[in-house]
Amino acid sequence: MILVVLENQRGNIHAFSKEAVAAGQNLGSKLGMDVSILCMGENASSLKEQANDYKSQNLILAEHDMVNTYSADGYSKVLSDVITDLSPKYVIMGHSYMVRDFLPRVSAKLDIPFVSDIISVTYDGGNPIFSRQVFNAKLATNIQPDSNSNTTLLSFQSAAFSSDNIELGGSDAASVFEVNLNMEDIKSSSEPEFQESASGVDLTTADVIVSVGRGIESQDNIPMVESLAKAMGAEIASSRPVVDMGWLPSYRQVGSSGQAVSPNLYFSVGISGAIQHVVGMKGSKNIIAINKDEEAPIFEIADYAVIGDLMEIVPKLTEELQK
Amino acid sequence: MKIAVLTKAIPSYESSIRIDSSSTWIDESVVNFVVNESDSYALEEALQIKEKLDNGSEVVVVTMGSQDNTSKVLKDGLAKGADRAIFIQNEDSNTDPLSISKLFSQNLKDENFDLIFSGLQSDDLGSGQTGVLIGELLGMSTATLGIETDIQDGEIKIKRELESGWFQWVTLPFPASVSIQSGINEPRYPSLKGIMGAKRKELKVVDGQLSDSPKQNFINLFVPKTEKATEKIEGDVDGIVAKLMDILKNKLRVIS
Repeated sequence: MILVVLENQRGNIHAFSKEAVAAGQNLGSKLGMDVSILCMGENASSLKEQANDYKSQNLILAEHDMVNTYSADGYSKVLSDVITDLSPKYVIMGHSYMVRDFLPRVSAKLDIPFVSDIISVTYDGGNPIFSRQVFNAKLATNIQPDSNSNTTLLSFQSAAFSSDNIELGGSDAASVFEVNLNMEDIKSSSEPEFQESASGVDLTTADVIVSVGRGIESQDNIPMVESLAKAMGAEIASSRPVVDMGWLPSYRQVGSSGQAVSPNLYFSVGISGAIQHVVGMKGSKNIIAINKDEEAPIFEIADYAVIGDLMEIVPKLTEELQK
Repeated sequence: MKIAVLTKAIPSYESSIRIDSSSTWIDESVVNFVVNESDSYALEEALQIKEKLDNGSEVVVVTMGSQDNTSKVLKDGLAKGADRAIFIQNEDSNTDPLSISKLFSQNLKDENFDLIFSGLQSDDLGSGQTGVLIGELLGMSTATLGIETDIQDGEIKIKRELESGWFQWVTLPFPASVSIQSGINEPRYPSLKGIMGAKRKELKVVDGQLSDSPKQNFINLFVPKTEKATEKIEGDVDGIVAKLMDILKNKLRVIS
């Protein structure tokens, strides 16, 4: 049996969880295993309503007052208890920030493997092999979890599977898992989620984005890229290191911790293409990338790979555009 | 307050990454090893907490790996201000996160740290699990992606980064294991005095043998296939610029 666990994101099923449902159903059909869906913790009963049409063997609800707000303590305890009770072969979630926060705890509690941030699955006979990106996406690795393990935890990178492929048809059964929690199980406490003050810059609606990465080398070179953006009528954006160094404000950041964008043109300048950045821009219709490293992973998803020195190319291109 | 900072030696961004003849690991002889980026933010956060508390707190850098790759990482940590270092010697770089974390916990258990800081993930294997796994194995409370910390009486408040520009404050009692997001502070450079002083600081070396069989088997490394038909543009600057102008004007029509 495969167990897909849904995550709440401000009242709705998290987009990554929908992809996890598609992943679970796909694995299930390949391996001849039933798929059950678990709605647990925060907003669980509403998640269950929203998942009502998804095809599954069992739609399971696990609620408790003490996990009405997220905590790594509470969630890892509840999911560990569910796994111990149901013994699923695979437990599948999206590779979200919440999953990073609590799923390793389940791995350690139950002494079972957790293969995180998977991009694709292949099959060796009846055994799935999971691929993940390593060395900043310059390479990938194939992993086979220990076959002696009763359960393996899996998290999938966003867009590894598409939620368009979710099979509908409802669940054959619905059940309630009796959650047992004590005060001493939950040591941490959390406050409500919040956003930092809005900037008025909405990168998601921009038609053209010029995005700058660590290849820019110094804050002194930022105006050079700003001139290029201006000449192209583009919004300026950046990868995380540029924001970390304080060269551009955080609302300009594209990637898993920043905004996800899909402009007509994404013009990337000095960005290597780490996974965390690429998940935020790989939906762009056209991608031009300038990088001096021929092996920069950004080139794998670029339509045009410009191998050269941005310090020379950017000013010349700006000059041409201004003519 | 006793704080451990887990740091890892990883190939620098500029390093050439080549698969070795075993096809399960990279050719390390052509790689320059440096401190994992988010780990240096974790160390800075620990040093700032120690300085702020000013009560004789201790910061211990901990690393695992082979002697050749990690010696620079430990020296750097001590030079920046860590009080001592623990080096867990283990040549088997390509091991699953749970086995690695068991090895860390076995060797850190008797230290009874109040806090363990780690970078949110390593830029080599990038599983992003070690800090949380060790926390659970040692019975500590855990949090990830800390972007601000505030030490209070008997507990630590952490501002956690969530997706898409959202945040959340969590409060954890000690002992706690917290992974740190890059950008939380401005990591310092070692001073000349720090570099000289590092040589006199304690460096404990322990032999880290994995006891269990691995939970995950790494079958092979491979070069990802290009998803798109990528057109390469290279050569002299004038040629590149002319080509880009043509693409912007005639193919993509983003300029007139």
